[in-house]
Amino acid sequence: MSTPESVMKLSGTETHEPAVGRVAPHSAHAGDQPGRNYLNADYNLWSWLFTTDHKRVGILYLISITLFFFLGGAAAVLFRLELMTPRGDLVKAESYNKLFTMHGIIMVFFFLIPAVPAVLGNFLVPLMVGARDLAFPKLNLASWYIYIIGGVFTIVAVLTGGVDTGWTFYTPYSSTYGNTNVLAAAVGVFVVGFSSILTAVNIIATVHTMRAPGLSWFRLPLFIWAHYATSLVILLGTPVLAITVILVGVERAFRVGIFDPALGGDPILFQHLFWFYSHPAVYIMVLPAMGVVSEIISCFARRRVFGYKFIAFASLAIAVLGFLVWGHHMFVTGQSMYAGLVFSFLSMLVAIPSAIKVFNWTATLFKGSVLWNTAMLYALGFIGLFTMGGLTGLFLATIAVDVHVHDTYFIVAHFHYIMVGGSVMGYLGGIHYWWPKMTGRMYPEGWGRVAAILIFFGFNLTFFPQFVLGYLGMPRRVHDYVPEFQILNVMSSAGASILGIGYLLPLGYLIWSLRYGKPAGANPWDATGLEWQTDSPPPTHNFHEQPVVLTDAYLYEPWEPPAQGHLPQTPPQAHEPAVVGSEGQR
Amino acid sequence: MSTDFSFFPEAASTIAPRVDAVYLFILGITVFFTLLIAGLILSFGIHYRRGSKASRENPPTSIWLEITWSVIPLIIVIGMFFWGADVFVDMRTMPAGAMEIEIVGKQLMWKVQHPSGRAEINTLHVPTGQPVKLRMISEDVIHSYYIPAFRLKQDVLPGYYTDFWFEATKPGDYHLFCAEYCGTEHSLMRGTVTVMDPDEFARWSAQESRTLPVEAGKELFERFRCGSCHKGAGAGPGPALAGVYGSLVPLKGGGAVVANEQYLRDSILDPPKQVVAGFEPLMPSFKTLLSEAEVLQLIAYLKSLSVAE
Ligand code: HEC
Ligand SMILES: [Cu+2]
Ligand SMILES: [Cu+2]
Repeated sequence: MSTPESVMKLSGTETHEPAVGRVAPHSAHAGDQPGRNYLNADYNLWSWLFTTDHKRVGILYLISITLFFFLGGAAAVLFRLELMTPRGDLVKAESYNKLFTMHGIIMVFFFLIPAVPAVLGNFLVPLMVGARDLAFPKLNLASWYIYIIGGVFTIVAVLTGGVDTGWTFYTPYSSTYGNTNVLAAAVGVFVVGFSSILTAVNIIATVHTMRAPGLSWFRLPLFIWAHYATSLVILLGTPVLAITVILVGVERAFRVGIFDPALGGDPILFQHLFWFYSHPAVYIMVLPAMGVVSEIISCFARRRVFGYKFIAFASLAIAVLGFLVWGHHMFVTGQSMYAGLVFSFLSMLVAIPSAIKVFNWTATLFKGSVLWNTAMLYALGFIGLFTMGGLTGLFLATIAVDVHVHDTYFIVAHFHYIMVGGSVMGYLGGIHYWWPKMTGRMYPEGWGRVAAILIFFGFNLTFFPQFVLGYLGMPRRVHDYVPEFQILNVMSSAGASILGIGYLLPLGYLIWSLRYGKPAGANPWDATGLEWQTDSPPPTHNFHEQPVVLTDAYLYEPWEPPAQGHLPQTPPQAHEPAVVGSEGQR
Repeated sequence: MSTDFSFFPEAASTIAPRVDAVYLFILGITVFFTLLIAGLILSFGIHYRRGSKASRENPPTSIWLEITWSVIPLIIVIGMFFWGADVFVDMRTMPAGAMEIEIVGKQLMWKVQHPSGRAEINTLHVPTGQPVKLRMISEDVIHSYYIPAFRLKQDVLPGYYTDFWFEATKPGDYHLFCAEYCGTEHSLMRGTVTVMDPDEFARWSAQESRTLPVEAGKELFERFRCGSCHKGAGAGPGPALAGVYGSLVPLKGGGAVVANEQYLRDSILDPPKQVVAGFEPLMPSFKTLLSEAEVLQLIAYLKSLSVAE
């Protein structure tokens, strides 16, 4: 249990020296006039493109990742149509391979990885810790530009002929054999990595140095813990990915033997490097979504998250263990039997912190006061689908079973349960939960529920049959398959069309709500977090007065939801930060 | 649509039922916990829905709950690990006296060389009741040799031999897939594994004119004049090759390696990689002259020298 101590030492700065009675010490800011907020502070395009406001950067990210999401989704629609029949008839093999590659690269690097941290994290971390902005606002804006540059390279790669290596870029196919536009795509992936690094640096620095007076580590919302853990993983992992894609590029451009045995390289070295990043990347994608789920569950069950500390430390445990299990992607590469056994064992252990989280969330509902609204449907859907994704991970960690299902549709199903069933559900839940805060408007609740339910069932119909296909032996990344796999593929494609509609609905009604939605008010959910203590949408400088934190997070009264008003982590009248740092601040 | 659809793949090797047993065990665990979590979410969510009259007094906050739901899963996954590991170790432990078949993968093609001399492409014929070991290498990118009915798969790498073994149990035709994406027509890199009764297999092996790999290797050895340097102990610039297979070869610059197939292959295709102690690195590389299949034949010949002399 040395982690909290050392973490806290690092945090020592003047910022949260709780000056007694410090409630509204700082002067009012421009843009703090009534009716002014970060959205209408300025209208011209430049004020958006050169903004350093974390909230506006968050919105820029929201727009860009949404575009990429639908681009990646369009590719999926095409290849799911192709897979309706066993023969490769709708698109040519080349096109099919480029489609699934594009789907993977876009969804992983341009949607899933930035989704929660760069949109919700950007928007909410400063608000949740009671700060005016992130620690490095200009770096934050730079991260968005870097993301866009990376995206441009990737789109250029697609437009100038496409890439067909799969998002995994396995060598030596990617480095010497394939003759598609690997270099441009590799540059895109390389570049976009830096945008996540900048976001991570910003989150870590902000959480360490800019917490509001009284906001000790164990009073932080679990959303912050999750983002903190994620940021550590991003910082430690992404450089390895950057190095790996550079090496692929070098081998490809200059024919230096690194990965291709024909040039004197080692093909397996690539996989070690790639998965050293890309396994932890799974946690980059899912941990922030877990943070979102903790917030939603607690708010709509009106109970403090069960086992707060266990969930917080589980995030850190997942982040650490995640770096020790990359070899489970390589059980059949011919790696030594003993290496395989060690990786198998360590992979099993990752299940424990995940299980702890699931049980704690479930227990939070017990004796709560559960509201089945849209955000909650997503959060509960997340728990169910993540549970299935996690449990099916055990098949893959069990080395004897993995030999059979590796590189089959079982894998495809498993990681979609984690990444779509988990991360995307969490992301959508978060978008709905914080939409009123971000835009000041409510979305139509009925449509929200319809979409959430469609997505849940469409998702299961799409991906559940793929588990069966995988155990039957259907390899992934095939354009043409043997006829006995057709029925399950048709089911999967049918599910995908439902899923597609499910995803289009929020796009429609959320945009609609911008204009026609009911005004939300500061705290429509009666939530306790600091972000709900300010206007919706928040003013440019976030808070009218410096919030001071007096209590733990999530102090919801379970049995009597108040008829009106809110249950703030900062009672509006409190002027005496009496219990500041009770958990051992300093 | 095809009618021969099933929910469970056929099992046709000795290891397959054992893999299925582990699989069904984990499936049971998965179903149990999924239903448990889903059931709890639904029942809590409905019983304690906003506005319901259920009592919310004394919500639990026990550390024992945390311990329970950490320790029970831990025990289960450790059990899973050991069961899976046990089956895996048997998968990876080559039985003595297995029939060795050599496979060279190449974009869209599996070339198979039987010890009987028979060769085939994209099919594999094997007998029941006899352990078979596949030694595989790729001429280009990574492929993966996958026989779902045997529950086995092994990546096939360029430059490195990989292997696996199985014992088929049930005659019939089974799918053979390439599981690792390897290029444009990856999905068509598939074929059939035919399991036969031993007598039938013997008949099959005897059909067709064929050269034994050892003979083909001897022929190559002569054609490429390996003997001009490798004459015998003390004569010529190269070391004697009789008995080299399986021996411990001291290396220039220290250390020693066991001369296995991989070592012999590298000695022929990439001689400077490991130079035998006491010799000059004079041997030319045969990389551009020999295919992987030919190298395998040369190795077969070199191995026969070990036995003969
Ligand atoms: C120009 C002379 C020359 C020719 C031709 C030659 N070799 Fe060699 N070979 C050597 C020398 C010298 C060594 C020892 C140095 C080294 O390991 O590179 C050697 C080493 C070997 C070894 C390793 C032996 C050990 O004791 O570990 C093998 C196997 C081998 N050669 C096989 C072949 C084969 C097969 C051919 C024909 C295709 C061949 N050589 C042709 C000179 C030659
Ligand atoms: Cu992994
Ligand atoms: Cu292939």
